[in-house]
Amino acid sequence: MALLEVEDLGVTFHADRDVRAVDGVSFAVDAGKVVGLVGESGCGKSVTSLALIGLLPNQNTKRVRVDGSAKFDGLDLLRADRRTLRDIRGREIAMIFQDPLSSLNPVVPIGVQVAEVLIRHRGIGKHEAERRSAELLDRVGIPDPRRRLKEYPHQLSGGMRQRALIAMAVACRPRLLIADEPTTALDVTIQAQILELLKELVREDGTALIMITHDLGVVAGLCDSVNVLYAGRVVESAGRHELFAHPTHPYTVGLLNSIPRLDALRGEELTPIRGSVRDVLAWSAGCAFAPRCDRAIETCLTGPPSLEGTNHSFRCVNPEVVP
Amino acid sequence: MTPDNLTPEAASGATAPEQRQDESSGLKGLTPKAKKQRLDRLAELAAVHADEKGRSLWAEAFRRVRKNPAAVIGAIVLLLFVLVAIIGPFLVPYSPTSTAWADQVKEGQNIIPGPSSEHWFGLDHNGRDEFSRVIVGARQTLLVGVVATSLGLLVGCLLGGLAGSAYALGGRRGRQVDNAIMRVVDMLLAMPSLLLAVSVAALLGPSLITVMIAVGVISVPVFARLLRGSMIAQGHAEYVTAATALGVRRGRIALGHVLPNSLAPVLVQATLTLATAIIEAAALSFLGLGNPDPAVPEWGVMLTDALTRLEVAPRLTIYPAVGIIITAFGFTLLGEAMREALDPKLRK
Ligand SMILES: Nc1ncnc2c1ncn2[C@@H]1O[C@H](COP(=O)(O)OP(=O)(O)O)[C@@H](O)[C@H]1O
Ligand code: SF4
Ligand SMILES: [Mg+2]
Repeated sequence: MALLEVEDLGVTFHADRDVRAVDGVSFAVDAGKVVGLVGESGCGKSVTSLALIGLLPNQNTKRVRVDGSAKFDGLDLLRADRRTLRDIRGREIAMIFQDPLSSLNPVVPIGVQVAEVLIRHRGIGKHEAERRSAELLDRVGIPDPRRRLKEYPHQLSGGMRQRALIAMAVACRPRLLIADEPTTALDVTIQAQILELLKELVREDGTALIMITHDLGVVAGLCDSVNVLYAGRVVESAGRHELFAHPTHPYTVGLLNSIPRLDALRGEELTPIRGSVRDVLAWSAGCAFAPRCDRAIETCLTGPPSLEGTNHSFRCVNPEVVP
Repeated sequence: MTPDNLTPEAASGATAPEQRQDESSGLKGLTPKAKKQRLDRLAELAAVHADEKGRSLWAEAFRRVRKNPAAVIGAIVLLLFVLVAIIGPFLVPYSPTSTAWADQVKEGQNIIPGPSSEHWFGLDHNGRDEFSRVIVGARQTLLVGVVATSLGLLVGCLLGGLAGSAYALGGRRGRQVDNAIMRVVDMLLAMPSLLLAVSVAALLGPSLITVMIAVGVISVPVFARLLRGSMIAQGHAEYVTAATALGVRRGRIALGHVLPNSLAPVLVQATLTLATAIIEAAALSFLGLGNPDPAVPEWGVMLTDALTRLEVAPRLTIYPAVGIIITAFGFTLLGEAMREALDPKLRK
């Protein structure tokens, strides 16, 4: 059995009008594996990850409806009571967010923020927690950890801040790590270092990782399997090699064509997907990607395409290649 | 100051002198609604906690305050005042209670000797050295202001912190606690502050402690509403989500994370409140609710005593009045500059 099994996850925000941000998403994460959730901004990646750990704003109130199930080691996270969830967060499942600056408390020293996770879950004293915090900072590659412990977030560079957040996330050796665009806010050179660090940490600890990104380039170097999301639904799902070798859904192909490549011929142009995520159709009317799709045919608008295939699944009636 | 600085009420109907009065005393003279709006705006600022360069709000605000001449003047005035209050009493030429020159005062003939080389500010109606009394009075005034503000700060922050934490911890029980506290707080806030202070003082009987408590009580709702609003604004911050995602307990998040980030607006308000506290303490003393003990000179009491002899020696009203005005002015200058430094909307 997989470590995490997400089945038909749906999230609806009841505001002035209802927004179905996540719509029947299913995927599984095996212990120690890295699974990518990929898609343009606004496709529901963050909502998916927050729903899993019960942290959507107003989750469990009338304003947000979450359906489906998410079994973590047999326990349905979406129906677990608050206390259970609070014990799981940080110890079994930890999360890393996109913006390291705003994710750290500006008026609390780094060391205190790392130590409090250890104190909370390991029940150790302040002194011991401080010692281990220094080890953790050292482990995530922060030089001079003793001194850094006493510093405030604004005294660290962006990359160092993200390392500190990663240290907090791996402090209790969780079984599952969720990283929501952990490199998006960083410089390109730092991005690669942070990805390398994450890769190393999950390998050493045997931690499973859900890697959320809009960048297929990140996925290529890191993930075992990939789920491509569009407008709240999985449109293609496959192992990494399979996906890159036989991209099937026109949206996936579009994403691949818009990655800058080192081996590209000079002068060869990137071909971004035309239109924007705002040009979506409601899934009930047909394929949500149709307004931007070059391969759209009449059948695309007769109803929502279903997800076909088992090991390599895709949601398209006129795919590029049939795997 | 930019027009933004005025609350909508003040900006529309009010005439210029009234506006000036609003500014010089923080919240005084504002309608309850305008008072609330102003407090809530200050509270919101807690949420703006870092700029693009990642400097903390505090560092950034401090840098801006230092560049503001009004703030520097305010700070210098305050520094001088505090110095006078602390070391002045050791340096004064005469004892403030000594009536050694009483024979020079002839009230029946309307003679109270004025400034001379021995008595820089002259004598008062009891033949005491006025200069020494003004200097020693500064200590009383500072004491009343600081104790009253601290009292209001303490009780107000307890109430506001409790309401804010209850709200942040959520759940129906939390909302109920928050609602109950805030209903009382808003009621107090709606009352005219001097009326509230006079009622409290009348209940307790005239004494220095009475003035401190009465003046403290009227700032309680101000601090309570401010801290609560500030904590709720902070509650939506991303670091709260991030800490929650790591399982940090809600109580710890409220006290260890949200509270320290919510204090900047409270600090600003405390500076402004010191100004009003000094004025209000003087007003209560003036109304006869202050310390009746003549051995301890206090500017408000001195002002009352002087007023009955206004025709004989008008200068005796001027010294304590100028003292009160300058001090309140210093606190207001600094407080307003700090508020401006925190509020991006008020920056020039
Ligand atoms: N609290 C909310 N209320 C209403 N709609 C929301 C809320 N949060 C997110 N959404 C909507 O859900 C969709 C998915 O958002 P999100 O998961 O943040 O996208 P991303 O893939 O960029 O992380 C967006 O269209 C967004 O407008
Ligand atoms: S279903 Fe049609 S519109 Fe949708 S991706 Fe496939 S070809 Fe394009
Ligand atoms: Mg996102």
